[in-house]
Amino acid sequence: MEDILAQAKRVAEEAEVFMVSSEETPVQFEANRLKRIQSKQSTSVALRIIRQGRIGYASTTELGDTQRLVDNAVETARFGIQARFELPQKASYPQIKVFDPDTESISIEKMIELGEELIALVTEYTPDIVCEAMVTKDIISLRLMNSGGGEASYRKSIFSLSMWGSLIRGTDMLFVGEIQSSCHPITSPQEVAGVVLHQLELAKNRASVPTRQLPVILTPRGVASALIPSLMMAFNGKIVLEGASPIGNRLGQPVFDPKIWLWDDPTIAYRPNSRPCDDEGIPSQRTPLIEQGTVANFLYDLQTAALAHTRSTGNGSRNGGLPTPSPTTLVIAPGKTTFDEMISDIKQGLIIEQLMGAEQGNILGGDFSGNVLLGYKVENGKIVGRVKDTMVSGNVYQILKEIAAIGSKPEWVGGFILTPPIYCPRLSVASK
Amino acid sequence: MTDIEVIGRQLADVIKRYSADYIEARLEQSQRSSITYRGRELESIGQATAIGGNVRALVRGGWGFISFNELGDLPGKVELAVKQARLVGKEESKLAPLQPIVDIVSTAQNPTTKPLAEKKQLLDEYNEIIWRTPKLQTSTIAYSDSHKRVIFLSSAGSYIVQERSDINLRLSAVAAEDGKVQQAGLSIGSAGDFKAISGLRQEVEQMAKHAVELLSAPQVKGGEYTVVLDPVLAGVFVHEAFGHLSEADFVYENDRLRQIMVLGKQFGSKELNIVDSAAIPRLRGSYKYDDEGVPATKTYLIREGELVGRLHSRETAAKMGEKPTGNARAINYHYPPIVRMTNTYIEPGSASFDDIIGDIKEGVYAKNWFGGTTAMEMFTFSAGEAYMIRNGKLAEALRPVVLSGNVFTTLNLIDAIGNDLEMNQGGGCGKGAQMPLPVSNGSPHIRINKCLVGGR
Repeated sequence: MEDILAQAKRVAEEAEVFMVSSEETPVQFEANRLKRIQSKQSTSVALRIIRQGRIGYASTTELGDTQRLVDNAVETARFGIQARFELPQKASYPQIKVFDPDTESISIEKMIELGEELIALVTEYTPDIVCEAMVTKDIISLRLMNSGGGEASYRKSIFSLSMWGSLIRGTDMLFVGEIQSSCHPITSPQEVAGVVLHQLELAKNRASVPTRQLPVILTPRGVASALIPSLMMAFNGKIVLEGASPIGNRLGQPVFDPKIWLWDDPTIAYRPNSRPCDDEGIPSQRTPLIEQGTVANFLYDLQTAALAHTRSTGNGSRNGGLPTPSPTTLVIAPGKTTFDEMISDIKQGLIIEQLMGAEQGNILGGDFSGNVLLGYKVENGKIVGRVKDTMVSGNVYQILKEIAAIGSKPEWVGGFILTPPIYCPRLSVASK
Repeated sequence: MTDIEVIGRQLADVIKRYSADYIEARLEQSQRSSITYRGRELESIGQATAIGGNVRALVRGGWGFISFNELGDLPGKVELAVKQARLVGKEESKLAPLQPIVDIVSTAQNPTTKPLAEKKQLLDEYNEIIWRTPKLQTSTIAYSDSHKRVIFLSSAGSYIVQERSDINLRLSAVAAEDGKVQQAGLSIGSAGDFKAISGLRQEVEQMAKHAVELLSAPQVKGGEYTVVLDPVLAGVFVHEAFGHLSEADFVYENDRLRQIMVLGKQFGSKELNIVDSAAIPRLRGSYKYDDEGVPATKTYLIREGELVGRLHSRETAAKMGEKPTGNARAINYHYPPIVRMTNTYIEPGSASFDDIIGDIKEGVYAKNWFGGTTAMEMFTFSAGEAYMIRNGKLAEALRPVVLSGNVFTTLNLIDAIGNDLEMNQGGGCGKGAQMPLPVSNGSPHIRINKCLVGGR
């Protein structure tokens, strides 16, 4: 890395080298039994330079070929945009725990056992279900250094356990599933199995809903599939800067229901998206996005922040390219209402656990429309069965302006979103 | 620069020394360039090179898979793959038989070597066209191209060197007014031919104008409608509604699904024919050999409304007692091949567009592509443009619609198939963690008698 930096400094005013290595071990189960064990090693190095004021960028997995990497970056810098930022100098970073040696040392045999136990728990309850499961551990090393003296490195461990089950009766198909991940090893299948078994239990009977406006409870998974995609875009500093975010000029204004608090938090210990600094070397911080319904902040990386005349929030993330503002872990604060209280409030309504296709509409404008892949009908305060062939549509901003209640019990969805259920007084439902 | 041919020959020797039911390896060397714009400005421009490989071993029905981009210690890698396969294997290995193949397939076009300045010039021109439109708030352009050389070798003696190129261009325009935001998009691609994305000035202009038009467009009322799909959206429909369900890896170890997807079952009318074929030349899903070294074929999935075939890897074909179709694909060396679509389309029928919409009193004409996803039985797909059909004529523009269907009923509800087949080369397909995979899909205009449309 030092070599690359030294060579880049000879041809550019500023340079930054970012290297990430990963050793990932997925253990896969198909049709209720062990199918495949993989181990995946990868290392890649990315070079960002500022040459004659312009940004150049190249990456490679071929670590020996420094000259080509530098040449590629120089070539792109001819056309690159003007750099408006300076690379950060040496900084002190918060201590964020994201590595657990127990994850690294967990054996493949243990991972196989965990998957088998998970499948046994679910098939014991529903013998004719066909399950896919995946147990994965990933050990990631990250290192970053720049010509301004900035330097950061850390290791991260991620362990995840997921299951996807299909239950087919005639041409009726039911899909249930759950994924959990953490920097700690997941040692018991109970939690994931619990979610799946609960889904199976609620979906035992069938029910249908009419085509009209109905009260809807979004479970934590429902919140993640229906509302989060739009919010992730709306709070992205880059989209705000372009004027394409519907809330971009509403900073400090009440846009949402005062019961809503939302923040981005890369500092929670042992969460897969936590980190001491972002991918540009900016220290991690917890950034409030909605405070009591008011728009509090947007998420920035270095370049976008400079263009917007503000500071980076430490949200510069790379997904195989230049850093760009991205949320890390999103948290919605719990409210006071229990899930049971929400249900008992509904005469006729819908609970949405999984919405399919919600991210396909005009998510920038907040519109979403999706097929209820997994959802249940509520009748006179009780869950009566699963609904099918049903679509719901709405607008995130209209929904979040006036919500009936926020649940008191938050849950992790996929390890990246922590949210309670949200109860919406009305949503458009279309059904066959 | 490392030469993967040298490593390929070493690896072919190494795998002979290990005992497993089957071992294969892939080595891959690739270049990629990408240019993105946000708003009036270029956002990023970059070039990437990658090299890596994998070894896959099969022992008593269990698979071990190792991927790497550190190319040392080949015996250690093969050994680990075999060891993992042993840990999994408890039954009998089944693979459809395949004659060893030795071949070299090169591509004429390598878009990554085209000067960046020429690529940027075209994109600058498109961006200028977009920005001529008033009321535009912002826009995005994402261009990427790639070229790769892949060596496939197996313990059975296959040694295939194959080159592939891909180009993908996605544009979108965002219009805003009074806190309302609407967007329109365009997605195109090719198997390496830069000209295929060059002559689109009119389409780009239309896209930008459509985004502005949507600001005043109403949202459709949710419910069931007679829906007419244009060739682009009907292509996405056939991919989502039926293509995924015909991938045999969903079916082969699931007894109940096998019963439902039994060959001979009627899914649609006599006029409905659905094909997947990687053997058509020069489309984004085209190739000569798949990532298991199996030659590409043309596979009828539905013929005259009846289920007649499905897409296979060597393993799914053997386990279902059917012929391999050459549909095992991996997006890159990080992943083992899985059953995927290639170029999937509905064959043309006889109806003209006017025949199709002529007798619709109230319906929805859905055009262009925004996205699509499936959960086997139920699927959704979304249109980039939509219009009401009133009394046999196209009427007012609607905000983009999301449509949803059920594979066991919706295909049966196709009651008109146009004569105007077009292949769409935009987008890419995702399955498991492997996306985007270059595919194409296509169709003539089709009419679905009853389709669920989400709305207010």
